[in-house]
Amino acid sequence: MLRAFITLAFVVIFNFFLFRMLPGDPIGLYARGRNQDPEQLVELRRALNKPLLEQFLTYLRNPFDSTIDSTRFSRPVWEMIGERLWPTLLLLGTAILLASIIGIWIGIRAGWKPGGRFDRISTGSTLILYSMPEFWLGMMLLIVFAAGAFGIPGMFPVGGISTPGVDTSSPMGWLNVLWHLVLPCTTLVLIYLADYALVMRSSLIDERKQEYLTLARAKGLRDAMVRKRHAVPNALLPTVTLIFLSLGFVVTGAITVETVFSWPGLGLLTYEALRGPDIPLLQAIFLMFSIAVIVANLIAELLYVVFDPRVRS
Amino acid sequence: MSISAQRRRSSLAQFAHSFRQDRTGMTGLVILAIFIATAILAPILIPDEALDVTKAGGGRFESPSFSYPLGTDEVGRSILLMLAWGTRISLTVGLAATLISMVIGTTFGIMAGHFRGVGSQALVGVTDWFLVIPFLPLAIVLATVLGPSTLNLIIVIGITSWAGTARLIRAQTLSIEGRPYLERSKALGAGNWYQMSRHVLPNVFPLVLANTTLTVAIVILSETTLSFLGLGDPGAPSWGALLDRAFSSGAVSRGAWWYVLPPGICVVLVVLAFTLVGRAMERIVDPRRAS
Repeated sequence: MLRAFITLAFVVIFNFFLFRMLPGDPIGLYARGRNQDPEQLVELRRALNKPLLEQFLTYLRNPFDSTIDSTRFSRPVWEMIGERLWPTLLLLGTAILLASIIGIWIGIRAGWKPGGRFDRISTGSTLILYSMPEFWLGMMLLIVFAAGAFGIPGMFPVGGISTPGVDTSSPMGWLNVLWHLVLPCTTLVLIYLADYALVMRSSLIDERKQEYLTLARAKGLRDAMVRKRHAVPNALLPTVTLIFLSLGFVVTGAITVETVFSWPGLGLLTYEALRGPDIPLLQAIFLMFSIAVIVANLIAELLYVVFDPRVRS
Repeated sequence: MSISAQRRRSSLAQFAHSFRQDRTGMTGLVILAIFIATAILAPILIPDEALDVTKAGGGRFESPSFSYPLGTDEVGRSILLMLAWGTRISLTVGLAATLISMVIGTTFGIMAGHFRGVGSQALVGVTDWFLVIPFLPLAIVLATVLGPSTLNLIIVIGITSWAGTARLIRAQTLSIEGRPYLERSKALGAGNWYQMSRHVLPNVFPLVLANTTLTVAIVILSETTLSFLGLGDPGAPSWGALLDRAFSSGAVSRGAWWYVLPPGICVVLVVLAFTLVGRAMERIVDPRRAS
């Protein structure tokens, strides 16, 4: 708990000083090519010309209150992040849910008979998926299933969250969103499940050596029962915590895959911000992602304490 | 020859012997050898004008043909030749960034394991911080501040990817710290530097090497991602930069698979090869960890 707070404090401080190291004139960049009230510019310049310590104290009072709007979209940065949050939650939520179900299932089958046929094939393919840049997989899926290459008709849209003009609040609109979700979601599921399957497999292999399984077998339980009732519940714990711990890795996939599929979420917003570069927006995004990952790590730690009595003592 | 040198030589021979027995490790090694040869020979085999936009011979987005085995890009350059140059850049960035990451990680790990007290706790704290902070947002922020160039890309990847190594080396150092020969050396008055450099480092070194190989794999993936986002040198056609150009020139919606497929296959092969070699080394060096 305390550690999470210290990490959080470091992120907030780091976020402030790193961006103060940037060369150049942020106000000039902000005002370029737009009609800006000169008095307001003088005001902004005065704010940024204050001593560093004073600026830092102002910042600490409220790190989420950026003095400058996004230089590219001329809008408050946190408002934009709020808008872009939902598409990302939809995409990542669906992907993580499917990836953990499929990944855990593969891990159980592979880990229960290590060295068997299923294990060799699945471990081989998960290793290949693990070595794959996720955005490349997305681009290949687009070429095969959306661009009409190899004589396959384009079955899925090339990007976006819905067809322009479609009302997304109607049932037809949901279906339209779902249709747009298929390819980016498949990409992320394939990449994430590799990680989950590998961890589930190795933690199940560890459980297999435990004595309580010998006892369960000695009681005369069938193999499937030993697996379902005894081995899997214990092996699940490391995998479930991993799902929370891997959020940093999940964020990486979101940024590049949303870019490839022009999915209007936080990942695409990051890409747009760094193409500018739009410093105020980038700063806010960094803060937001870091906080999300720190909180997820904290949840993982707490889950371990709740579910594993060995850690509590 | 001193006894220690003799011992070192025989253990090296034993390591080479065990590695040759490992089929997946050897497969990885062969793949790597092919890519490294391509990287070294690229300047000899490829004429300079092959990469020059103004002297490109082919049409735009030509599909594979006899004179262009992998087709052409958006300005008519041969993709095969660009891919070969990309091998050089991607491997150089991968190895250089790994070197930085390993030096920081090993130094932090050994020092955090050797010393006691506030200093050691601070080192562990810094390591934990880097472990928790999401890699890509941090790398994007650092790369934006430093500006796009190959050297900056190496630095950014190096300083964002050492934390895992540091934690592993610290754990190993802690287990070595309790051994009797270190106690003997302390009793004879060895200083901190002597203990760390002469006793701890040689003992963690095999693990460092195995971990290095695994780190190269992750680092090459990171390089591809960052270059794809346009954070590398725009003039250097690494595999990630090739994918970036394919994406922004519209190769995907044109269905120009020959522009997108090959760079990705190369990344997968190299990353997989480093992973296979690294895992094989880990199995030999530290059989307990390999399961």
